[in-house]
Amino acid sequence: MKVKVLCRNPDDYVRETTRDIQRVPRNYDPTLHPFEVPREYTRALNATKLERVFAKPFVASLDGHRDGISCITKHAKSLSTIISGACDGEVKVWNLPRQECLRTVQAHEGFVRGICSRFCGTSFFTVGDDKTIKQWNWEAPGYGVREEPINTILGKAVFTGIDHHQREGTFVTCGQTVDIWDEQRSSPIRSFSWGVDSFSCVRYNPVETELLASCASDRSVVLYDTRESAPLRKVIMQLRSNTLCWNPMEAYYFTCANEDYNLYTYDIRHLDVPVTVHMDHVSAVLDVDYSPTGREFVSASFDKTIRIFPKDKGHSREVYHTKRMQHVICVRWSADNKYVLSGSDEMNIRLWKANASEKLGLLSAREKAATHYNKKLIEKFQHHPQVRRIARHRHLPGDILKQKRELREMREARRRKEQNVRKHSKPGSVPLLTEKEKHVVAVVE
Amino acid sequence: QKFQRGEKYKVPAGARRRLKEAIISSETMSELAQKQAARYDLLLPEDAGFLEGDEDEDTNTISQDVIADAVDITSGSKYFSLHLSQFGPYRLDYSRNGRHLLVGGKKGNVACIDWQSKCLMCEMNVMETVNDAMFAVAQKRWLYIYDSKGVELHCVKKFNDVLRMQFLPYHFLLATAGATGFLQYLDVSVGKEVAAICTKMGPLDVMSQNPHNAIIHLGHPNGTVSLWSPNQKEPLVKMLCHRGAVRSLTSFKPLNSCFLSAGASCLSLSQRGLLSAATEDIVQVYQNVLGSSPVSKPYMAHRLRGQIWGLAYCPFEDVLGIGHGEGFTSMIVPGAGEPNFDALDTNPYRSSKQRQEWEVKALLEKMQPELIGLDPGQLSKVDQASFEQRHKEQVEALGFDPLAKDKFKPKTKKKGRSSAGAIEKRKRKVAHEDQRDVIQQTVQERTEREKELKEKSKEKKNLENKTTLDRFRK
Repeated sequence: MKVKVLCRNPDDYVRETTRDIQRVPRNYDPTLHPFEVPREYTRALNATKLERVFAKPFVASLDGHRDGISCITKHAKSLSTIISGACDGEVKVWNLPRQECLRTVQAHEGFVRGICSRFCGTSFFTVGDDKTIKQWNWEAPGYGVREEPINTILGKAVFTGIDHHQREGTFVTCGQTVDIWDEQRSSPIRSFSWGVDSFSCVRYNPVETELLASCASDRSVVLYDTRESAPLRKVIMQLRSNTLCWNPMEAYYFTCANEDYNLYTYDIRHLDVPVTVHMDHVSAVLDVDYSPTGREFVSASFDKTIRIFPKDKGHSREVYHTKRMQHVICVRWSADNKYVLSGSDEMNIRLWKANASEKLGLLSAREKAATHYNKKLIEKFQHHPQVRRIARHRHLPGDILKQKRELREMREARRRKEQNVRKHSKPGSVPLLTEKEKHVVAVVE
Repeated sequence: QKFQRGEKYKVPAGARRRLKEAIISSETMSELAQKQAARYDLLLPEDAGFLEGDEDEDTNTISQDVIADAVDITSGSKYFSLHLSQFGPYRLDYSRNGRHLLVGGKKGNVACIDWQSKCLMCEMNVMETVNDAMFAVAQKRWLYIYDSKGVELHCVKKFNDVLRMQFLPYHFLLATAGATGFLQYLDVSVGKEVAAICTKMGPLDVMSQNPHNAIIHLGHPNGTVSLWSPNQKEPLVKMLCHRGAVRSLTSFKPLNSCFLSAGASCLSLSQRGLLSAATEDIVQVYQNVLGSSPVSKPYMAHRLRGQIWGLAYCPFEDVLGIGHGEGFTSMIVPGAGEPNFDALDTNPYRSSKQRQEWEVKALLEKMQPELIGLDPGQLSKVDQASFEQRHKEQVEALGFDPLAKDKFKPKTKKKGRSSAGAIEKRKRKVAHEDQRDVIQQTVQERTEREKELKEKSKEKKNLENKTTLDRFRK
């Protein structure tokens, strides 16, 4: 007769000393863990609720400018410095961790239209309403020495934007024409124009460093290659684009912020239809910037909010607003993917968390595991109505809410009219256009 | 493998690229998780117990004394009995982690002991008949709840004449069935009565819960078993199980039938599938009950003095507790307990700090009673009906179907090869994909129609054959 009875030695299951951690033997057998799905669902509900409880995105406000802020730029090499230009020609260099202004320069008379920092991190360029391009040093001059630009270039017309090449010493400005400059020369090495009155924004592609794109006042976005002598092609839309930004991870996508309250992501290989139309703002979109991961971007709008959109979705995942923040003119995503900076009309730069409910600072391994688990739970159950209702809920100021409802009514009315027209006319005479196709007027080579 | 949950999901044929990618990536993730769980299985520290007789010896003739001698001291000490003959036949319950044992005598003695160390935690005399025990004691008229020291915490007068109780651990619900025919659910964390269902089936004496989906099973004197959930006023299922009355009930995940020699008055099922049945004064344990073949010979048997009133298996040990007229006996049944427990769920060796943490986490994960249903995994399934309805509404609102696949538009810049004929050829290559679904549907409809026609013609034939003179034909 062979017998074996289950017998456990308590020494194997109880810790040896009180300074030791507890022993936790695990068994992943599903029969020992009934109700997997309802328990996970309850945990997901709790996780969404807690995420909303801890969603406090505002970090700090940088005070000091004496006029509305027109542009912000990040330092090419350092995460803790940014420069901002105001509408009275002042340029301030800020230290973000201490939230103080390191240096103030009276750069231009009139608006500072654009700032860009050089890739090496030693100098930065500013352009202003006084038709000049000035190059400044990043380090402050010594005691008693006056602030002088390293280099000043005088132009014939007002420049409205500037951007610097990723690796070489060339930069591009836009104004009446798109000019490519070499740092050593005082006249542009090449000039592109296409019969357009003026350009509002120009950007170098961060991956394909010879490609450029600019937003023109004839409601178009023009693509250039610096190796060619003429612009490549342009796509004309129904309303003008204010700014554009290239996706830092995917070389062929760029997103432009349009006056018709939407943002459009285009693939440069197929400019006839935008890849995605991002609709959520209730007023003109003024600025857009991508996160360094290339998966999301932030947009600033004339309605006093900033919104964070995933790159492939048509609606925003997050909206930030404050009573004190008026029309947001410029917005930047910090290079460590954690913060968003917004510069607005009322002379303040605000620092926000990109992920509203994340805990800042150093997290222990268990905290990290718990946050990842909660995020994954919310993602798994995101389609369930209760979870979706809580996760989607964002507070909006009263007039923005009203404006949103009004816009929805208007869009519904237009759609109904189009449907009625199609119903009562010869089948096939009224073409069925998807939302994406409606906004592009033409593509010109 | 035992870690597989559900079947693999096939990618539907006309799916868009993103849906395909999402399904494929989630399937690979779940496969990885299954493999890792299966790999961890090898590291489990303990093995299950077993009892194997010699060539001619029958396992059910081996007595408990012999087993207790053959096994080491700690296991041998698990066979003991308490002689408590004054207070009537005893009912018993083990706590979830197998640490504590609660015995209640019919004449009013309730005791809670830590049975491994034989240390008595509390004992008291309740001067009324005790019907069922759980740390909530269903006494003659009302339901009393005591704490670990034996101090009476609550006397719940709403729950009267309670005959049986079951605790649903993950919902923190106490389900009670009484002589009045009412099935009542009490939320013990909040203290509210969740549901009171009037089962119109007479006094409810036999009750059990299905631990896999928290459905309460009630047995009735006319041989039916009904299944209840707190969300509905009617039973979910009513099934006819026996020709006679249902006297005892135990539930587990898949229900099978087994053949018993004589009518059992008490049943209990262990964690590893050993079923014990008690008649009058003999307890018989059967093995491999959940298999397909009916089992006739018992695995073990034990005879006691006095009528048996309660049977319960200790959760993670090879021990069966028997409550009878003479008191309580603990019997060794090798192979009854699950050898490896999960410390985050139920831990017999937990400290008080661990217990506090576990309690907080369990309360946070407490499931709402609305989620109790026949299929616990229903939340993970796609609600086809509501999805289709919403899709229909969307199509109506927009005027076109947003999920429909775009028509294939061939590229026209093919360096001199894009003549009209070449374009038509390329279109034809892809055309079969679109037509496949349409053809499938038409074929299905046609087969269904043919089936219906056949059935109709059969019926007609039967009708035609019958005439009024049929009854005179042989």
